[in-house]
Amino acid sequence: MLKWLEKNLPKIVMAPAVGLIGWFVYGFVLWTLYISFTNSKILPKYELWGVGQYVKLWGSRKWLIAVDNLLIFTALFLIFCVVIGIILAIFLDQKIRAEGVLRTIYLYPMALSFIVTGTAWKWILNPTLGIQKMFIDWGFENFTFDWLVNREMAIYTIVIAGVWQSAGFVMALFLAGLRSVEDEIVKAAKIDGANLFTVYWKILLPMMRPVFFTSFVILVHISIKSYDLIVALTQGGPGISTTMPALYMTQTAFHKSQVGLSAASAMMMFMAVAAVIIPYLYSELRRENAR
Amino acid sequence: MKKMLIALIAFAFTSTSSFAGPKIEVLHWWTSGGEAAALKVLKDDFAANGGEWLDMPVTGGGGDAANVALKARIVAGDPPSASQIKGPTIQEYDQEGVVAPYNIDPIAQSEGWDGLLDPMIAAVHKCQNNSGPYCAAPVNIHRIDWMWANKAVFDANGISVPTSWDELNAAAEKLQAAGIIPFAHGGQAWQDATVFEAVAMGIGGNNYYKNCYVDLKETCLRSETTVKVFDQMRKLQGFTDEGSPGRDWNVATGMVIEGKAGFQIMGDWAKGEFTAAGKVPGVDYYCAATPSNNGYLYNVDSFIFYKTSDPDKQEGQKLLAKLMMGKNFQKVFNLYKGSIPARLDVPMDEFDKCAKTSNSDIKTAGASGGLVPSFAHGMAQGNTMKAALQDVITEHFNSDMSSVDAANALADSVLDNM
Repeated sequence: MLKWLEKNLPKIVMAPAVGLIGWFVYGFVLWTLYISFTNSKILPKYELWGVGQYVKLWGSRKWLIAVDNLLIFTALFLIFCVVIGIILAIFLDQKIRAEGVLRTIYLYPMALSFIVTGTAWKWILNPTLGIQKMFIDWGFENFTFDWLVNREMAIYTIVIAGVWQSAGFVMALFLAGLRSVEDEIVKAAKIDGANLFTVYWKILLPMMRPVFFTSFVILVHISIKSYDLIVALTQGGPGISTTMPALYMTQTAFHKSQVGLSAASAMMMFMAVAAVIIPYLYSELRRENAR
Repeated sequence: MKKMLIALIAFAFTSTSSFAGPKIEVLHWWTSGGEAAALKVLKDDFAANGGEWLDMPVTGGGGDAANVALKARIVAGDPPSASQIKGPTIQEYDQEGVVAPYNIDPIAQSEGWDGLLDPMIAAVHKCQNNSGPYCAAPVNIHRIDWMWANKAVFDANGISVPTSWDELNAAAEKLQAAGIIPFAHGGQAWQDATVFEAVAMGIGGNNYYKNCYVDLKETCLRSETTVKVFDQMRKLQGFTDEGSPGRDWNVATGMVIEGKAGFQIMGDWAKGEFTAAGKVPGVDYYCAATPSNNGYLYNVDSFIFYKTSDPDKQEGQKLLAKLMMGKNFQKVFNLYKGSIPARLDVPMDEFDKCAKTSNSDIKTAGASGGLVPSFAHGMAQGNTMKAALQDVITEHFNSDMSSVDAANALADSVLDNM
């Protein structure tokens, strides 16, 4: 009896969690998938209706704007976070003084909620309150920085706030990666006459492949899900110019009373996240099995 | 969330008790100062009549959170007894088969709601195609087409309250030349649409408004008049300041109160901001209807009543419907809320100048055919169509889209969502 318990205890302890996740995550994913094939309006309905919601979704201008914005945001957010993260990590890796303090400063934005980041940047970037006003008050009469209220540029303000929030996190990942490299490798390279730039560019960064991969997966899924940052910063405006898929989804379900259409957009987002996460999980699992 | 949990726990306990008598569970988002005080009047009335009130307040997002909670409860098969729902959404919920008109309609008949309400407003609260039994009870009427202006700023620049849109433009140019922001505006989609509907009714006239935004006629939406309406929107955009996009409506009202800006176009809830700042209508600020031909854009808050098999709750629904339409609640609630009573026979003595104007204007408008439902606030169209119109309006207002393109985009957006 005791032996049986000992053998099966982990399974028994895990069972409720597996059950809850199975129902509340995968169960609801399937429910959403089903609803996306119905003509649900104000409340969910259960008669099947076909792929009409998907046709409608991809014919909607607002959704196409949202997808465009997602591509712009994801690309820039990823590039800037990684580049700035790496640069900060390399600087901090030089065994400098007060590293602990600096590391905390750079990592601190991560501790804030996106709502706080969004609200703070909304004030900083507002032309009548923030940077622009400051420069004008200092006597630079013609200084303009109105990206937040310019519909062509507003999406980039979201990138700025997002990068400010997440670059420190990428820095921490890379710093941990750089620290895990054995000193001998660097020393050997230096003996062979490589300068610091070559050491990083040719040896250390290529070794960071798994860290690049992790950052990529984490940042991309943050950007696909990004909702609170946009709500706080622009509310999808000016006009509908900074709408993103997650914002589109909630607006469609709860403001437009189009539950079916909203479920379709949720499934598109789900597939986008899956397209990023599944290869990652696959490669991780394969590596574990290989061990 | 916590409040909801408490409400649910309270509900679980009370529903097992052997209370017999009218009982009601109300889902609402009236939790801020004045609204909460007004609701307390209703709760006390309800208790005085031997009823038991189960409160289910859900705060956040101007009703967004309440909307989510409501849908969850309905999907779970356990709707509250009553909740705040308005306009054509009342009929949409009825089509889902969750509304119980039969509990409150006898009250509506015996109390004579048909005689107490303007016929247009009564129609909104009936279940099928604006006829049949009553599904909902109205508590107030908000007027949308208000212009709130700082009197000192207007006086200093020799401007009187404009009676046409041309006069309004001229006044705004004068203010601009004097270095004052003419038009305090918050660039959020619903605020853009709020201004748009006032302009549409003013420039297009009452029949144009009904054809386009109530009946959604394509020829009307693509017409020359719509182009003119968008032209005026473009002019108004030129009178806003740079910081306008994304600004909340009450911040814009604050600009008028402080004299940084000349005027704002906003529904009568803006009055609350002036009152809170200790300003007096006619002395410190003007509340005037935006230029139109005796038009009146209305927005009515209502409660709908859901199906229930519990006889105590059915009694509670009847009692609540009766009290909500009662003179006492309609007066006290609206004194707090800034709107006017939905029933038109409530004495207006205790109300301020703006509310009195609103009350007399609605009667004139009702008689002359100028009483029209606001689409920006969900009175003329359901949520889907409201958003379809709003998206185009806000896109035009925040870009350099031409008026002709905007009119066509408006018609296309409507057709797409038919």
